[in-house]
Amino acid sequence: MATSQQPRAAVASGTVWSDRRIENIIGNLLRTGVSVSALIVFCGGVIYLFRHAGSPADYRTFHGEPADLKTVPGIIRDAFTLEGRGLIQLGLLVLIATPVVRVAFSIWGFAAEHDRMYVIFTIIVLATLLYSLLGSGSAF
Amino acid sequence: MNVLCFTVLVAIGSLVAGLLGSLTGLGGGVVLVPLLTLFFKVDIRYAIGASLVSVIATSSGAAAAYVKEGFSNIRIGMFLEIATTFGALLGAFLATRISGSLIGVIFGAVLLYSAYLSARTRPPWAGNDPPDALATRLRLNGSFPTARGERSYNVYHVPAGFSLMFGAGTLSGLLGIGSGAVKVLAMDQAMKVPFKVSTTTSNFMIGVTAAASAGIYLNRGYIDPSLAMPVMLGVLAGSILGARILVQTETKWLRLVFSVVIVLLGLQMIFQGLRGKI
Repeated sequence: MATSQQPRAAVASGTVWSDRRIENIIGNLLRTGVSVSALIVFCGGVIYLFRHAGSPADYRTFHGEPADLKTVPGIIRDAFTLEGRGLIQLGLLVLIATPVVRVAFSIWGFAAEHDRMYVIFTIIVLATLLYSLLGSGSAF
Repeated sequence: MNVLCFTVLVAIGSLVAGLLGSLTGLGGGVVLVPLLTLFFKVDIRYAIGASLVSVIATSSGAAAAYVKEGFSNIRIGMFLEIATTFGALLGAFLATRISGSLIGVIFGAVLLYSAYLSARTRPPWAGNDPPDALATRLRLNGSFPTARGERSYNVYHVPAGFSLMFGAGTLSGLLGIGSGAVKVLAMDQAMKVPFKVSTTTSNFMIGVTAAASAGIYLNRGYIDPSLAMPVMLGVLAGSILGARILVQTETKWLRLVFSVVIVLLGLQMIFQGLRGKI
């Protein structure tokens, strides 16, 4: 799908070429993250459905999730036991991490272009994301 | 209803939501939460958690295609993400302080407003003004491919756009939606970014905004894996399908039809929220 983009990138000026290259890498990164996540969620889903297909489905009342499905270390520990719900949660964690990795990569991209202003902007965004994912557990 | 039946039905509903959300640039979340709460009787907190996760999938899946086609403006996206991620933290924090019924009513109001925004006709922007000093300094002006080669554009009213984006982020964190309508409003209307660039850059930003509140939701136990599984896979399939179609589709009629659906769901969310049924 992306092969037709090459001629345009080649005739454009230096910075634009660089921008286009970064856009291409970011596109691949997002695609890979989502694919890996979907694959893990799908496998976890198959295991879960295989074991629980006949159980009643009830989401009317909110119970909150057990502790091991709420934190990053807990989810990773759970997933290695190949329990369906733990595996799905690992896939969802990969999905949530994909934009975070994308932002982290953009820092490198902007640094390569010597764009100090956008390196700073991107670091601010990354810090906010990391706080939410890793630091917010005790704050709320 | 047993787990298998529930999972299959939710997956089909999510696929349609993802397809419509991607085609209109409004995101799958706007119809997903009403679908889960009104039709499947899911607690709104689980619905928001599942929706947030699917919003990340929609955004990342579709953005992967748009970014390569050169429609998205990465600088506009990154600059405005400062506003949306801070807003998302505030929204996720607020979500713990207010009741599910109130969230339902706010959700309905946002749906009605989204429908109003997307149905409104507006004059096309001529784009003849001199470049804005702040936008130039922030290097937000860009270009995108058209049938007649690259078309360049200038960006205006940066502070207004930035403030609207903070609001969009707050709504995203509070309601588990991508806030695509408000994001497009901020870029397309306030900042005068061309429509196609606005929708694709919005899609690109939605994933980062949703990830900012998803971390908090995960830590708080709002993300249930067995519910999020069919929602995420369904929405992802629908959004990939939608991204393939968008590039060559006239979106006017589709947006009108989608607006009607959103109005009906919005009224229902407000009504059920006021009755305390959400």
